[in-house]
Amino acid sequence: MDSVLSQTNTIRKQIELAAPVSRVWRALTDCREFGEWFRVKLDGPFTAGDVSRGRITWPGHEHVVWEAGAQRIEPESLFSFKWHPDSVDPEIDYSPETPTLVEFWLEATATGTLLVVTESGFEEVPEARRAEAFLRNDGGWTQQMKNIEDYVAQHP
Amino acid sequence: MSRSIRNNGESAPDAVAPVFAALGDGTRLRLLARLSEGDACSISKQTEGSGLTRQAITKHLRVLQKARVVRCVRSGRESLFAVDPEPLTEIRAYLERVSRQWDERLLRLKALVEE
Repeated sequence: MDSVLSQTNTIRKQIELAAPVSRVWRALTDCREFGEWFRVKLDGPFTAGDVSRGRITWPGHEHVVWEAGAQRIEPESLFSFKWHPDSVDPEIDYSPETPTLVEFWLEATATGTLLVVTESGFEEVPEARRAEAFLRNDGGWTQQMKNIEDYVAQHP
Repeated sequence: MSRSIRNNGESAPDAVAPVFAALGDGTRLRLLARLSEGDACSISKQTEGSGLTRQAITKHLRVLQKARVVRCVRSGRESLFAVDPEPLTEIRAYLERVSRQWDERLLRLKALVEE
């Protein structure tokens, strides 16, 4: 139970890399190198505030368009982007959904680089789902909450 | 926009999003942690020592219930709440998949920068 609760908002990964920070930074932010390990062929370089597009390159998913909005590009320190994780179904338009935030934190160590990756924002409810849930719910959740509040107020 | 059925049959982001939303609140997480420690529990018992009003507790429990994280069973005149692990299993499956994808990516990154 604890593991689920502690994981719900953020995924955190940490890895020791036997390579200098400058090398890791290039592998993270050069769009060609990024594409190699992330398995995506990007159309162009990352620019903070812009959306980057490409095609997934892992077998069976080549038809899927990959999109991420670069947020912060702070050389050899922090690279972040927003995206829709696990968005591999070409039939689905993920763009209306609230994206998650991925952050890469770099730190020099005696043997190379400590890389910490976090992905956060899983608690955000996609707008479409919220609307759908509201419509499906009998009378709407807002009304239900009001009913409960009224009931409890009258039955202390 | 129906997304309840996915090709891969695994937990989709949209299916777990309401659960994440329900859990995205400190009070509800504490309530859930308390519920997960023991048996089904009444609103009165949840209120004891929580520093919250019965009304607030009820509101939070209903949000958790709506997300199918807890279920409510009637016992005489009381409503008892208990943890319903099914959505938590769904979340775990989804997060484990996203998490595993990161593990694989980072191993490929490691191979690239250390070659």
